[in-house]
Amino acid sequence: MIVRWVAGFGRFWYRFIVGDDWMIAASIAVGLVVVYALTLARISAWWLMPVIAPLVLLVSLRRARGQRA
Amino acid sequence: MSSTVLAVAVTTFLASAVEAIEMVAIVAGVGATRGWRAALAGAAAGGAVLLVLVAVLGVALTRIPIGPLRLVVGALLLVFGLNWLRKGIRRVAAYGFRGLRVTASAPADEDVPRDRPDWTGFVLSFKGVLLEGLEVAFIVVTFGSTSNQLGTAVVAGVGAVAVIGALGASIQPALRRIPRSVLQLVVGLLLTTFGTFWSVEGLGISWPGSDLAILLLLVWYAAIAGAAIAWLRGTRGAGATRRAVAP
Repeated sequence: MIVRWVAGFGRFWYRFIVGDDWMIAASIAVGLVVVYALTLARISAWWLMPVIAPLVLLVSLRRARGQRA
Repeated sequence: MSSTVLAVAVTTFLASAVEAIEMVAIVAGVGATRGWRAALAGAAAGGAVLLVLVAVLGVALTRIPIGPLRLVVGALLLVFGLNWLRKGIRRVAAYGFRGLRVTASAPADEDVPRDRPDWTGFVLSFKGVLLEGLEVAFIVVTFGSTSNQLGTAVVAGVGAVAVIGALGASIQPALRRIPRSVLQLVVGLLLTTFGTFWSVEGLGISWPGSDLAILLLLVWYAAIAGAAIAWLRGTRGAGATRRAVAP
């Protein structure tokens, strides 16, 4: 009973945070770390996420081709 | 009314209205795509937590570290937004802008649970209201306390949220008539835009043009979505042609 509840709880948060494609969440996390590192190095990096997000989206769309929409 | 009171009222109202638009856009988007029950329950819970924070902390509210909150909420919204945008782009590419319509009994997103509460819709709405509400509270406290006109700032801030909230409620019937695929596309665009803006701001980076960057991000992502739809339709058409000519 408890194991099932914990598994369900974990599944909810995984689906909630990660969604349909884990690559999107992983890429955004890595992108934000890179933006932060560049900022620490005093390099302007506000433009990086608006570049990373569409790239991730296009790669994810390419991976999903052939699946039902 | 003295010029100081008027200046505080107008400035607080306009600044709060900008934050309230973001708040209402998220709640309306979640309501239209995942169902209004979870969206409104999340908004109410977010509002209640906000009220408690304001009541307990008062003017000390400005000591809450808004940066980490923006980063976490922004990163989550960005991931949600991209997932919804991906879904919306694929559906518009497959079914066109007319798509399927949303009805009161059938929410737009088919992964919305029918037999239990929709926690995804609830949490999305909750944090949208809590974060934006906190920003409105910061604006009110900052403008109000620095000019010694806290009462005026409170009235202006609450007034802005009420006016924008009423506008949001008035467009709800129109939202029901919009096809599901288009709704997913638009909500995905909004969440991706706000998510990008907040997550980067949360890292302590200022956007060129401040809040105007939100509009530019929205236009940028809309252009990307348009290009992606055209690309998917092109490859789908080419695939169909290949299948049609295959022996």
